[in-house]
Order: sequence, then structure tokens, then C-alpha cells
Amino acid sequence: MQHYMEPAPVKIKYFTPGVIFISLIALNGIIFLLGRFIFGIGAVTNLNNQYPWGIWIGLDVGAGVALAAGGFTTAALGHIFHKDKYEVITRPALLTAMLGYTFVAMGVFTDIGRWYYIWHPLVFWNHSSPLFEVGICVMFYLTVLYIEFLPVVTERFIGNVKLPGALKRLNRPVDKLLRALDRGLDKTMFIFIIAGVVLSCLHQSSLGTLMVIAHSKMHPLWETPILPLLFLLSAFSVGFPMVIMESIAASRSFGLKPEKEVLSGLAGYVAPLLGVYLAFKIGDMAIRDTFKYLTEFNLQSVMFTIEVVVGFIIPFRMFMSKAVRESTTGLFIASFLVIFGVFLNRFNNFVIAYKPPYILDVYIPSFGEISVTLGFIAIEILLYRLLVRIFPVISQPNYGAAASAKFEIKGGSK
Amino acid sequence: MQSRREFLKTSALIGAATMGVSAVSNSKLKAASPESAAPAEHMGVLVDSTLCIGCRKCEWACKGAHGLPQGDFDSYEDRSVFKKMRRPDDTALTIVNEYKPNNLGDPDFDVKIQCMHCEHPACVSACIVGALSKEENGAVIWDTDKCIGCRYCMVACPFQVPAFEYQKALDPKIMKCDFCFDRQKEGKLPACVEICPVEALVFGKRVDLLEEAHRRLKNYPDKYFNHVYGEYEVGGTSWLYIGSENLSGKVFPKLGTETAPGVTESIQHGLFAYFVPPVALYALLGGIMYLTKKNEEED
Repeated sequence: MQHYMEPAPVKIKYFTPGVIFISLIALNGIIFLLGRFIFGIGAVTNLNNQYPWGIWIGLDVGAGVALAAGGFTTAALGHIFHKDKYEVITRPALLTAMLGYTFVAMGVFTDIGRWYYIWHPLVFWNHSSPLFEVGICVMFYLTVLYIEFLPVVTERFIGNVKLPGALKRLNRPVDKLLRALDRGLDKTMFIFIIAGVVLSCLHQSSLGTLMVIAHSKMHPLWETPILPLLFLLSAFSVGFPMVIMESIAASRSFGLKPEKEVLSGLAGYVAPLLGVYLAFKIGDMAIRDTFKYLTEFNLQSVMFTIEVVVGFIIPFRMFMSKAVRESTTGLFIASFLVIFGVFLNRFNNFVIAYKPPYILDVYIPSFGEISVTLGFIAIEILLYRLLVRIFPVISQPNYGAAASAKFEIKGGSK
Repeated sequence: MQSRREFLKTSALIGAATMGVSAVSNSKLKAASPESAAPAEHMGVLVDSTLCIGCRKCEWACKGAHGLPQGDFDSYEDRSVFKKMRRPDDTALTIVNEYKPNNLGDPDFDVKIQCMHCEHPACVSACIVGALSKEENGAVIWDTDKCIGCRYCMVACPFQVPAFEYQKALDPKIMKCDFCFDRQKEGKLPACVEICPVEALVFGKRVDLLEEAHRRLKNYPDKYFNHVYGEYEVGGTSWLYIGSENLSGKVFPKLGTETAPGVTESIQHGLFAYFVPPVALYALLGGIMYLTKKNEEED
């Protein structure tokens, strides 16, 4: 069967009741988004001078970058370490990363007060700023992701350029152009693939450096100078679970069989990666003697316990079990827990751990902020569904080959 | 005592004037990194909270100097504002708070709060586009032409000072005390120092102010808690405070002596030392890619 699996546009109806529901969430988000741009950040968010960063940075950017880690981790596994078995999942992972980072950029664009100056970091450099590094790397990586996706576009349209009406005569030249582009990309793609992995390692870790400068305001359960390392290791850990969960969800949604063998293989890497993360996290806590803060009962200690136990330790144990790795349900639950853990970790680092010295008003995300965050996620899902219908992203049984095989069997049985 | 203060004020004025001239004439120096500016040139203000009477004239003058709505001059006499702890924000770059003393029976004391103008400011280190800068006269100022409004300076500031104009849809600004940078250039005193009727604020070179602070602590050990807040905190601040009791932990956060950016700059510069680590990683991955490909072809 393996041989017949190849990426092709998915043939599904776009609108289902679920999709309509997601569209409504997207619409609700867009309304509040308009409010933010027309009336200002203060009109939509509960951000204030004590809490300058809320869920738009903590979730849309912080968690968004981490959860898009499936892109560079599978690119490294499939294209750099040449584990060919995993090639089938590199395209969906690439599409998720591309959409994910697009919306990270959108999140930044929404959150910064002067969105029309978003290009300033390209011109005004501050080498000592980790945010500058994150900004530049994300801009470059987003470009690299679009370049990496180009071959999928050329594959879809080469020999298939059908422009409407008067543009018809351009069909040939466009086709030629696409072919030239495809050849050029084929020869140079390794440059971009390696660059994508390097850029990812850089900004995934620098995202952790962001909160190091606020050390006096950070809760000791999260505050440590090795935050960049912890961010990088947790990004490594969440990459494959993200691909696994997405793959299972997509196959259910598109009526395909999940590629269990590939997913179980991927799952084998997760426990060691989580183990390394946990070793550094717990080791750091032991060295810095921060376990004592767990004896206090407050928001921080509760959130920390949920994060580490539910989001890291339980899935770590689950991924060690062969039975879990070979069951679709087991894989789905364990992967979901890791994603939940890393998501919560980023939220905790950027929002819960941040304790300003003078609190006049406590920050609780507003309905508008939550709407925008959910709206972005909804639009991402809608775009994903749209793009897999247009472009050959999802690997599925090759219909041509399968049909002829079926015919033979039929013919043979007569 | 009075004459000495007069002297300090005069010398400060002269200092400010020369500063202004040099700031205008020597544009090359201006571009130099903050570390290169000799701390000896840094101006500062010594705040003596034992002298402050809580008249809040400094708040009024500050608003006037920065084009913020001042309201009625007499309204500042209203002491009911002291019931709540306030913070500098986008409508007031400085505020005075009143604190209960540790010893019951002692009078309440008032402390003026604004940007501390750190010697190694976290906001300057953090700003994504370098919109904040430490000038040679010690002022930490903000550049509206660069700022993208990301508010990372607010996250970074250990004193929780920079504020943001959340209500503005276009051109929201980061608002904080600029040490009356423009007034200093013209040879004028900072507005708050100029108006202070009791000389609770003394403007001068930071080194001289430190000397004066320690002189007061030594001469009046009963009156003062023996600590100059801002001498060593976060690597030193241009504004210095003395008071009847320990201001650290009560008025100001308890902070260590390491510079405000802390280890962040070491991490950043370590990861990007001459771009060696990223390039090495690139080469390593390239090597792995080449070798695994070769293995595959041999298989």
C-alpha cells in the first residue's frame, strides 16, 4: 500500500455543520479585530500599564510559535536525517507551520500599538534585544516556509495552468515559468530546509530569553536563566505530537485512514525528547531550590502543577508505552496532553508567572481578546481545509493506481 | 546648609548648560553606546523624602513641561489622593505617594516616583528597535520615530515605570519621565526640581549627589535610614533616594545589584558570538544531510 500513497488534493465538501460553526467563531474574532484597529488596544483588551502583555503575546505568539514546531522538526527528520518513511507527513506539517507562523505574525501585528511600523526591526537594529532576534528570525523563517511550500504550488499547476478568458494566451508562458521555478527550487531547496531548522532553533530559544530580562517580576517556578534552553527543548518535544494529533484529526475529518505505522514511529521519538526536557526542568528546579514554592497554595503553584503533571509527566509515561504508541486513541490523547502542556507552559511563562511589583488592576483576558485569539485559530483551520482541497498536501491512496488494481481484481474473479 | 544647596543648584545649572551645548555640538558622542558614556558625566537627582511635604507641585510642573492636561493648580492641595497608592502613567509622568511609617507615631512620609533613569537600563537593552536610549547626561529617553508599540520595555522595567497610551488607535506613545531632556538641553532644570519649594529634589552630577547623600546619612544618623536607594540597585540609577526608613521593599522593589538587563545580554551575545553558533549549526545540519543522503544512495 505504501507505494500508492502520494500527496493529492483532498476531495471533500467544504462546508459541514462543524465548518459553519468554526466560521462563526472566525467572524466573531474579525469583529473584535476591527474594534482593535478602529478604537485602539484599550478598547478591546484588558491590558494595562501593569500587565503590558496578555494572551495575544502569550498564546497567539508564544504558544503559536511553539505549536508550529512540527514544521521544522519533521523537516529535520525527513529531509536532513533522511528518514524517508516520514516524508508523507512533512507536507501537512509544513502547511501547518506556514499557516501557524502567518498567524503568529498576524498576532504581533494586532498586539503592537503601532502596527504600521512592523517593518522597523528590519531597519533599526538592537543587537542586545532578544525580541529583535525573535522578530528577525520569525520574518525570515516565514519567508523560508513560503519558499518551502512553493514546490507544492508548482506541482499543482505545472501542465495544469488554465487561466480564464483573455488571459488564456498566457497559459504557456506561465507554465514555462513554473517549470523553471520548480527546477531552480529543486536544486536549491536544501539551503532553505537547513536555514529553516537553524532559524527555528534560534527563535524558539530566544522566545524563552524574552522573559529572562523581567526576572525580578517572574515567579521563581518559571524564572531561570536556562529558559531559552527549556523553550527549545519543549519545542522539540511538541513538534511530533502536534503532527500526530493533526494527522489523526485530519484523516477523521477527510474520511481517510490514519497512517498508523508512520505516526507510531514518530511517537517513538517523543518520550526521549520529553525526558530530556523534564530532566533539565527538574534539575534546574533542584539546583535553584524552587520546589519549596509548590508548598504554597496559589494560582502560580496550581497552574505549574497542572502544566508539569498533566502536560509533561503523564504524556511522558504514556509515550513510553508501546500499547499507547500503537493505538490511535492512545496516540491522540498522549499527543493532545503534550500540546496542552506546552500551550499552558507558554501561557504560564508570559502571563501567569509575570507578577508586577505594583498591581492596581489584575489582568483577566477580556471577551474581545479571547474572541480574537479564537478567531485566528478558526481562520487557520478554515484556511487549512481550503488549501488541502487545492494543493497536493495530504498523502492518500493514489486513486489511479487503486482504481486499476480494483479493476484487475474484478476481472480476475470473473 | 542652605548655601550648600544653592551651590549645588547653581553648579547643576552650569552643568546642565554645558551638557546642553556638548549634546548639540558633539553629535558623534551622542551616537556612542550607553556604556561608553562616562558615568561621571551623568546627571541625577537626589530625592530626600524626609524633606518632601507632599505638595505635589512637581506633578503639576511635570505635566506642564510635557504638554499634559494639568488641571487646576489648587486642586493639587487635595491630600485625599494619598489614600490610594498611585503609579506614574500616561497622564502623569511623576506622582507622589504617601506611606505609613514603620514606627507608629512617626509622621507619614511622601515619596515622589518617576523613571529612575538606570545606569544600565533594561528598557534600552530590551527595546526591539532601539527606540529607548541612555543619553550622556544620564537621561533615558524614548524616540517616537522608531517605537513600534510592542511594550517590551514595560515588561523589562524592574521599576514598572513606562506606560502606554492604550486608548489611542493611532500613534499611541510610551510615556515616561524623560528627565526633562529638552529643558536640560536649554540649560534649564528639570521642571519638578525647579518648582520644589522645599528642595526635597536636588539636581546635580550623580557622583556629587552620592557624596551629598552620604554626607547627610553620616551627619544625621537618627534622621535617616543608612541606605542610598539607587546607588547600587540594578547597577545604579541616576535618581537617588534617601529617607527616614528603608525604602527598598516598601516604596521600591527589592532589587539586587546586578545590572537591570541581568544575564539576558550575556545569553544574547553568547548565542550570537560573531554568528559562530548559528553558522556552526548550519554546517552541522548540512553535513548530516549530505552524509545520510550518501548512505541512502549506497544502500
